[in-house]
Amino acid sequence: MPLRPRAWWLVLLLLAAITVPIVVGYLWIVIGSFNTRVHGITPVGEWTLENWRFLGERLGRRPSIWTALLNTLLFAGGVSLLVVTVSAMAAYAISRLSFPGRGWFLGLVLVLHAFPAVSLLIASYYVLRVMGLFDSLVGVVLVMTSFMMPFGIWLLKGFFDNISWEMEMAALVVGASRWRIFRTIALPLVRPGLFALAVFTFLVAWGEFILPYTFIVSGRTWTLSIYLQSMLGDFERADYGLVAAVGLFYVLPAVAVFLVGQRYLLDMYFGGSKG
Amino acid sequence: MRSGRPRRPEAGESVSTRRAGAHLRTPALFLTPAFVVIALFFVLPAVVTVFLSLTDLSARTMTNPTFVGLANYEYILSSRWTPIVVRNTVLYVTLTLAFNVVMGLALAVSTSLLPDRIGNGLRLLWLLPRITSPVIYVLIWQALLAPAPFGLVGNLMGISRNVVNAHPWPTVILANGLIGASLGMLIFTAAIRSIPRDLFHASAVDGATTWQTVRRVVLPLMRWPIMFVTAYQTLSLLASFEYILLLTNGGPGFYTTEVWSLWAYKEAFQSYVGNVEFGLGAAMAAVLVVVGIVASLVYLRVFRFDELLSRPKVEVN
Repeated sequence: MPLRPRAWWLVLLLLAAITVPIVVGYLWIVIGSFNTRVHGITPVGEWTLENWRFLGERLGRRPSIWTALLNTLLFAGGVSLLVVTVSAMAAYAISRLSFPGRGWFLGLVLVLHAFPAVSLLIASYYVLRVMGLFDSLVGVVLVMTSFMMPFGIWLLKGFFDNISWEMEMAALVVGASRWRIFRTIALPLVRPGLFALAVFTFLVAWGEFILPYTFIVSGRTWTLSIYLQSMLGDFERADYGLVAAVGLFYVLPAVAVFLVGQRYLLDMYFGGSKG
Repeated sequence: MRSGRPRRPEAGESVSTRRAGAHLRTPALFLTPAFVVIALFFVLPAVVTVFLSLTDLSARTMTNPTFVGLANYEYILSSRWTPIVVRNTVLYVTLTLAFNVVMGLALAVSTSLLPDRIGNGLRLLWLLPRITSPVIYVLIWQALLAPAPFGLVGNLMGISRNVVNAHPWPTVILANGLIGASLGMLIFTAAIRSIPRDLFHASAVDGATTWQTVRRVVLPLMRWPIMFVTAYQTLSLLASFEYILLLTNGGPGFYTTEVWSLWAYKEAFQSYVGNVEFGLGAAMAAVLVVVGIVASLVYLRVFRFDELLSRPKVEVN
């Protein structure tokens, strides 16, 4: 960026100052999870692993943390896979095929993207009850997929628009079917887009709270977000070392995925490939 | 879109319809999954919302709801909490939005002044709250704002109470604002990056200082992205309640930080007297659904197709 002033380190200093609270917040989780007592972010108790006892035992009437972890993995993985698959198919059709109502469909996708889907929560509850999918992972996966799909279609359409059309053309001339071209030529070419969408969707679903909280009741179907939420409460009485440890346990996989996938995410955020 | 309908078929009617069918088979194959998802989880719930809002469906009448016409809407209009909730919603949306835009702009411009590596690193840090689960994010807030001697903020400010309860509104705005600011930051950064470099060189040749370049070159070009972020976030903030639910659940006390969407959610899913009011909640949600549909249609007009498609590829909460 040719905009760099000579005193850019002053800007850095200022930015660092306002970024400190964020860093301090995450620091609290780490320090708190290994201490018996923390004032502010200063440990005043003893360093301990006692807070991590939830790994081996069930806390109160909660399910095992491993059940919740498995459910969260299934939920986030399922949403990610479904969103990528459904969006890629629809995006390819919008980008490459001519069919009546194509412009209308694209408009619908954009409207749905702007539309706040949370406002449909009450009705979705009713729909899931009727479909017999209330209190099941499949149900939340489907609703979450619908929340993320408009964005997915929009994102991947941009990626499809940008890959060259010539290879597909050649394959069409030779007589390959559209489905085959989609699978063997187009999809591999938009791999960065698929990865970005997969990572992004996984992270959002991993952290999702309101959908599991609303549509899941039984402990055996709990996700980590419900598990952690069930421990929040009055600070004086709640064991916040324990809560911090559960929080750290919950956030670490997301941080790992974030770091591994950041290249694709930055690509998506800052238009490494235009779309 | 295809131009020209097929000619009116005469003798070869069956042939031509078969051909049209074959032509549609491929798009149908690709689009069916998306259509099913949209039909089941957007269209159907939108219709169901309106339908439920006209009934007295509640935990008690679950199996046998009665049609009550507009009674739920009349209740909303006459409730003494409505003006308070409306005021809260306006306060929440405008203040959070203002914070998001100003902070997002400040972050985007300032990180763009830095060497790329450092700028990217800082942006990643600001993305953390967005990537983190709302539950963990709120857990951090509650820990830092906990009563003395546990909470850092209370210790620094000399407040012995829980700071969330002492200052519920600043907490709600800031907690939501930090999340929203990162969205503005991403969109504005992308916009700054797409400014032709010649403009910066020209302005440097003219002897402009960095501040002048930012004010006269960068900011005027941010008008469109700012409009976009404002339009987009107004709608998503209007319907969002996750962080308020976790932070204050509308309290402390009665309706202090209760916003419209949270009110609807609580009527339908939480109840002090053990009787959740789906019908009433649906009526409140229906207001949001209608506002949402109208606003997103308007946006589609204002931010034309092609503009939207070259615009941010970022999800909004």
